[in-house]
Amino acid sequence: MVVPLGYLIVRAAEADAATLVEMLWRRRTWVLLRNTLGLTGGVVALSALVALPLAWLTVRTDLPARRLVTLLAVTPLAIPGYVMAHALLGLGGTNGMAAAVGITMQRPSGFWGATIALTLYAYPYVFLNVRASLLTLDPGLEESARSLGYSPRSVFARVVLPMLVPGLIAGSLIVALYALGDFGAVALMRFEVFSFAIYTQYAGAFDRVYASALALVLVLLAVGPLILETRLLGSVRFARTGSGVARRQRVTRLAAMKPVAILFVAVVIAASVGLPTVSLLYWMGLRSPWGELPRLIAYFGNSVAASAPAALLAVVAAIPLAYLRVRYPGKRSILAERTAYLGYAIPPLALALGMVFFSLRVVPFLYQTLALLVVAYAMNFLALALGPIRSQLLLAPRRLEEAARSLGRSPIAAFVTAILPVLQRGILASLTLVFVMAMKELPIAFLLAPTGFTTLSVAVFSRTSEAMFAEAAPYAAAIVVFSALFVGLMLRYEGQEINEAS
Amino acid sequence: MASCKGLLARPVGAVRGHRLGAIALALTVAITGGLYAAGTRQDANTITLYSGRGESLVAPLIEEFQRETGITVAVRYGGTAELAVLLQEEGARSPADLFWAQDAGALGAVANGGLLRGLPDDVFAGVPTIYRGGRGLWIATSGRARVLAYSPTAVTNDGFPTSVFDLTDPQYRGRVGWAPTNGSFQSFITAMRVEHGDDSTQRWVEAMIANDVQSYRSNTAIVEAIAAGEVAFGITNNYYLLRFQASDPDFPVAQRFFAPGDTGNLVNVAGVGVIAGSANTENAERFVRFLLDRSAQQYFTSEVYEYPITDAVAQNPRLESFARLLEVSPQIELDRLEDLEGTLALLRRAGAL
Repeated sequence: MVVPLGYLIVRAAEADAATLVEMLWRRRTWVLLRNTLGLTGGVVALSALVALPLAWLTVRTDLPARRLVTLLAVTPLAIPGYVMAHALLGLGGTNGMAAAVGITMQRPSGFWGATIALTLYAYPYVFLNVRASLLTLDPGLEESARSLGYSPRSVFARVVLPMLVPGLIAGSLIVALYALGDFGAVALMRFEVFSFAIYTQYAGAFDRVYASALALVLVLLAVGPLILETRLLGSVRFARTGSGVARRQRVTRLAAMKPVAILFVAVVIAASVGLPTVSLLYWMGLRSPWGELPRLIAYFGNSVAASAPAALLAVVAAIPLAYLRVRYPGKRSILAERTAYLGYAIPPLALALGMVFFSLRVVPFLYQTLALLVVAYAMNFLALALGPIRSQLLLAPRRLEEAARSLGRSPIAAFVTAILPVLQRGILASLTLVFVMAMKELPIAFLLAPTGFTTLSVAVFSRTSEAMFAEAAPYAAAIVVFSALFVGLMLRYEGQEINEAS
Repeated sequence: MASCKGLLARPVGAVRGHRLGAIALALTVAITGGLYAAGTRQDANTITLYSGRGESLVAPLIEEFQRETGITVAVRYGGTAELAVLLQEEGARSPADLFWAQDAGALGAVANGGLLRGLPDDVFAGVPTIYRGGRGLWIATSGRARVLAYSPTAVTNDGFPTSVFDLTDPQYRGRVGWAPTNGSFQSFITAMRVEHGDDSTQRWVEAMIANDVQSYRSNTAIVEAIAAGEVAFGITNNYYLLRFQASDPDFPVAQRFFAPGDTGNLVNVAGVGVIAGSANTENAERFVRFLLDRSAQQYFTSEVYEYPITDAVAQNPRLESFARLLEVSPQIELDRLEDLEGTLALLRRAGAL
């Protein structure tokens, strides 16, 4: 993580201070900054509002088709940004989908357009994190609270909700960093934010010096949410302390609220998965996709060959980081873990250029090899892997390792035998997140993939950038379908666990 | 019974261990397979092309070139801007032999960094001024004209501006779209600075903003916004609309030029140059010549809806003729469009960026 940061500092140091001041010290910067903060806050709040009920409904209630809803709630992660934004844009306007059924509405744009577009594909981060916490929650706590005379509602507010805080915060942190850095969807919604300035500098001026300086400002902005999260999580304890075994989750009957719940789920899914699917199908219908099949299969292989090892590497790196942070919280472990989050806050293009800079000087034989691409992905997405694992660790009582140690196991063996199995749900969520994100990642693949190694996401880009949406659609659809299948596989595995218990 | 399934009671690594093991095995296979795939290294008969042009446009040409010459082309696809920055970062260590870019600005930035080798003089023979750089470091492979796109339903015949400068008129208030972050737009602003000076250009940009011009992410987004009825006009490149119409003939947008010679009709280019550090310049130059050759030029105009750099090819009926293009476009040498820094600073001062 020091490599890309160091790179940014080296490059930014070449900047001429006067020019930099001229770029940044103007009224418009404050407008961009205000927009950026507003957008970040809006997306975090809206994502929580969508993800919390959705997670609770799919884990703890008798909502129909819960497994399917869970799958669909994670699917937006796999949808390439341009598909989501175009789907939303395609809804309004005189030639839009709404106009086709006789409703005249404006195309979404500005603050709300951008907030909704980002929320629709960022809320699954919160959903996955909260869900992992909910699944691990000990129902004994709630039962104790009930036996002490609390109503179901106040049990939820006073017992369940506080226990979901680590997951909620971990998810929100990712959403916040994501909203800070996103350019594509926000620009399509015509809402001008700070990432605008960085994008213009790279894409307009082909300039890496001032772009680096601006990227450092963005990294500084990201430090805010990181400190906030550390403060919020600081001294809270979440692990169960009782002896014996956690009981199985109880299912809440929705009864009269069921139609309301179904309507809520339907609206969220229709907007986040339904709209983009319709838009993709429309583009696919314009042109027969079958001629692309052999190429598509080859690119799919490339995408998986980069994404799967990246997911594994990110998780392997995340486990010790999260473990040290939770069990031995000190300045150093906190700093190490926070730095990992910075990898996600650095604009991917800057991170990739940092790796180019580093590898050409230090390990030239690795330059533009798959190995380097995998490492860059793992660094970029390490933060995604940390969240679910750490939330699970916070819920795992320290006595587990102590018991293993007292039976004569070494610290590492104690970790492997006692803690690792408890982390499985978190590990699965982490693998899924990183894999799905790497499948659609773009700028890092541009710069670091082996030459001639085209991934699905690059194939999508090199068609949409020429306004060839019909040609891009099969590749975009492949990303969505295969990512959804991967998520489905993970959920199925997890589902067996739950079934065993019932 | 449920209690037996609890955390401590579970026999560690039994059933679930197998499943995790299977996943780990699958990932290992993927890693090894991937590393093997990446292991294909290049030889003397291979040239490496960094292409800012999209794969769907480039791939058929590459296949043709490989068939004709027996030279293998390894292509790295990416955004023109990303690849231009990458080439600067790689410097002398770049594995690339060629850079094929979507716009003059990117080639200019790479050329100014001393990263282009220069092309033999005969390559430029017979190529019109608008397609030539004075320094001979790179050459245009095709042209894309700036045009005024409009909504045929929202605009009546007497409502068309004759010059791009007319768009600041009150009758266009809130009805025009532009894409200030887009490279072609910025090249157009640079052209305006070259022809009319920085002061007039800045005044025009400020007047456009005061006239409530609508900003979009890209040319595609402008064309879509016109179709959706959000704006009536847009200043964009000529080929986006034609590509929309290729898949949807009823797409409700039309386009036209401003008066002949107006800056609003600037011809932007896609172009190619040989990288200074190339160890394979002979084959790289063969590829450049191949792109300038008749069959490739015919392909650019027939399939990609761009203007050829020569009139030796059959005209695409959906495009204006080569002669008409030379008549309407302002006569500006490509090298003079390189000062993007100045353009960005101007756009920032005017509040467009």
